[in-house]
Amino acid sequence: MSTHETGEPHASTRLYVVIALILAVLTAMEVMVFYVEALHPVIVPVLLVMMTAKFSLVVMFFMHLKFDSRVLTGVFTWGLFIAVSIILALMAIFGKFTS
Amino acid sequence: MDASATGIPNRKLGMWTFIGSECMLFGTLIATYLIYRGRNLVGPYPDELLNIPFITVTTFVLLMSSLMMVLALSAVERGDRAKSMVFLSLTALFGLIFLGGQFFEFSHFVREGLPLSRNLFSSTFFVLTGTHGGHVAVGVVWLGTLLVRAAGGKLDRSHAETVEIAGLYWHFVDVVWIVLFTLIYLLQ
Repeated sequence: MSTHETGEPHASTRLYVVIALILAVLTAMEVMVFYVEALHPVIVPVLLVMMTAKFSLVVMFFMHLKFDSRVLTGVFTWGLFIAVSIILALMAIFGKFTS
Repeated sequence: MDASATGIPNRKLGMWTFIGSECMLFGTLIATYLIYRGRNLVGPYPDELLNIPFITVTTFVLLMSSLMMVLALSAVERGDRAKSMVFLSLTALFGLIFLGGQFFEFSHFVREGLPLSRNLFSSTFFVLTGTHGGHVAVGVVWLGTLLVRAAGGKLDRSHAETVEIAGLYWHFVDVVWIVLFTLIYLLQ
């Protein structure tokens, strides 16, 4: 049953604002990592982790997957899994993981 | 009938299925961009043109548009017509600002000698970010239709699901940009 049918809101306004603040801070940190020379040896994993965190926050809270049916999570993650698999497979085929 | 056999409203299940398929579309475009990265035979090259401070601002604007979208949905769920119109307007406005930034960036690239077919970077960059921009434009039009309905008093609490589905599309456009911002601009 959807939250609209039960009359319950997905989350509070305060939570949405907190999530937006976290997203803004993470974006600022990403740009900082880009400009700080000393962090360049670890720039790829650090930025990928922050990107994944931002992605997950939006999907879980703004898109309500955290509160909605697991079926919807399955439908989304299946498409996402295929997309990531395509990216990794093509990068491997084109030698992007070999020096 | 409104609900599917899973108990999930059909339109919502349909939108999530569409979003899953969109993941695959953007996955192929991102893969194409990544495998051709660094293989340009002629310039201008990405590090000569990509403007990180400028694109950070437009990225921030798009992120905040997602906040405006969930606040619009909350307002509709509460039956607060005035606030729902304000937040829907702000979401559309932020989307338009993002599109304006993208238009400025594209025209700057072309002026600097990087049209669509100049090199592998330009071809893959314009197709990938242009496809995303097209999605933002569709989202802005969609928000416009919701605003018209709200202005006519036809977007009350019983239509919260309609706004939520538009919001799902808008947030997906946002998460795609979260990925593109990192892969194109920060991981050069």
